[in-house]
Amino acid sequence: MGKGSISLTRRQFLHNSAKGACVAGVTVSGLALVSGSSGASGAQALRPPGALAEAEFMAACVRCGLCVEACPYDTLKLATLFEPAPMGTPYFDARAVPCEMCDDIPCQVACPSGAISPELASIDDARMGLAVLIDQETCLNWQGLRCDVCYRVCPLIDEAITLEAQRNTRTGHHAMFIPTVHSDACTGCGKCEQACVLETSAIKVLPRDVAKGELGKHYRWGWVEKDKAGHSLLEQDVLDLPDRRPEGG
Amino acid sequence: MKAQVGLDAVARFGWMRAHRFLLLRRLMQLSVMGLFLLGPWFDVWLIRGNLSSSELLGAIPFTEPWMLLQSLVSGYWPQATLLLGAGIVIAIYWLIGGRSYCSWVCPMNVVTDTAHWLRRQLKVRSQITMPSSIRWGVVAGALLATAFVQGLVWELINPVSLLHRGILFGLGAGWLLIVAVFLFDVFVVEKGWCSQLCPMGACYGLIGRISPVKVVANRREDCNQCMDCYVVCPEPHILKAPLREMKQGSSPLVSAQDCTRCLRCIDVCGQDVFDVTASLKTNNSIQPVATGNRPRTKVENNK
Repeated sequence: MGKGSISLTRRQFLHNSAKGACVAGVTVSGLALVSGSSGASGAQALRPPGALAEAEFMAACVRCGLCVEACPYDTLKLATLFEPAPMGTPYFDARAVPCEMCDDIPCQVACPSGAISPELASIDDARMGLAVLIDQETCLNWQGLRCDVCYRVCPLIDEAITLEAQRNTRTGHHAMFIPTVHSDACTGCGKCEQACVLETSAIKVLPRDVAKGELGKHYRWGWVEKDKAGHSLLEQDVLDLPDRRPEGG
Repeated sequence: MKAQVGLDAVARFGWMRAHRFLLLRRLMQLSVMGLFLLGPWFDVWLIRGNLSSSELLGAIPFTEPWMLLQSLVSGYWPQATLLLGAGIVIAIYWLIGGRSYCSWVCPMNVVTDTAHWLRRQLKVRSQITMPSSIRWGVVAGALLATAFVQGLVWELINPVSLLHRGILFGLGAGWLLIVAVFLFDVFVVEKGWCSQLCPMGACYGLIGRISPVKVVANRREDCNQCMDCYVVCPEPHILKAPLREMKQGSSPLVSAQDCTRCLRCIDVCGQDVFDVTASLKTNNSIQPVATGNRPRTKVENNK
């Protein structure tokens, strides 16, 4: 077997090589199965601030836990088997312990591989996820009450979350103040999700690729293009279709 | 296979001497684990991180070479800290014998040593054997999958990094994987994980291919063929040439890259055959034979 002083015959050599190749094949397919079923290509959990895009993160993170030990608030955890993130990688559960958005970003400083990118200069530019007011049916503000807690706790209040007044059609003469998240400012720290007063939070931080839609590349907003051009983009004698009216109208 | 080994050594040299390297090893394994636990448990931060990558005294980085290799193969070029850390680890393990990681540091070693002990007590006799090419099959397969998925897929199931990380950061359901390896070693393949499958062992073996620290069978003519060293050795095939083939001119150096420098052979030998030594020589009977199929007698007459 193997080295030592046993001289390998060609037959044994081929036999062992074939076995090795079979094991390689089994390993490849086994790992492909594991990586497919454990969501290795996309965590459903939130990553530390500055983490590379998920696919790149899976190649860069060496599962050392230095970021976890550097985190002063015990926000970060390393995933183990059957957890929302692939095994050994850092993530946090915003409802339990959100990111406190330290100015000096200690987890980023601790990362030896660059999986938490050194390019993130300010914690306000972090994009750990995106808060989404996911359940309008239970959100107190959506019922016309003034809870406002998610708005109040937001570290970027009036930038990442604003309150937008809407007519309250239930009473007919009140306003509703709708907590509205703005993706250009939200860092995904999770303070809002943690603070939500409901039994289960109505506002949740989701990975950005889950939360965000994406326009077709060729889409243009007519009003934006109109502003850019400074005048209407339509010819003056544009074809006018007949107005459709209800029967007998 | 014998359930009890080293009885001669105990009778002749006393229990302590017949277990000194085993005890030293356990002490070392506990110390390494303890060093990492000082931070999380007692807030004394001599070392941060885990065996995959760590930082000693806030300055010296260490990186597991297999971890770095996977990261490189998945197409990521890491920061200098990680590369430097791997360089330091490779240098250290080259110096003290590559696979000394396996027997002196790796936490899985305690699990698989226990499995082997239990296997001997239970007299399990499954006859599944695997050629050493299996390990390189696992290495190749893991790296191919890593390149294909462009992520560290081996780390989704690697029980070695899982165990150390688990003790430090929480094992969760990860114990299932550790128990699986334990049962595999007890009932399916003898010394199956560490000696046959683990790709980290393969890497450290390569690093230690020409390490200076080696076991040497200095008094091999005293060997009474009790076979105790073969029973305890994680890689018994490496003992044959230095111990038995002196007539063929084999050097007494146990210089095969598979040797984990656990030094258990020195412990259990009732005839005091083995020593540990520092030498850059290799056992030259190993290379020529492995590369060709010339008649054995013609190969090693130059010694």
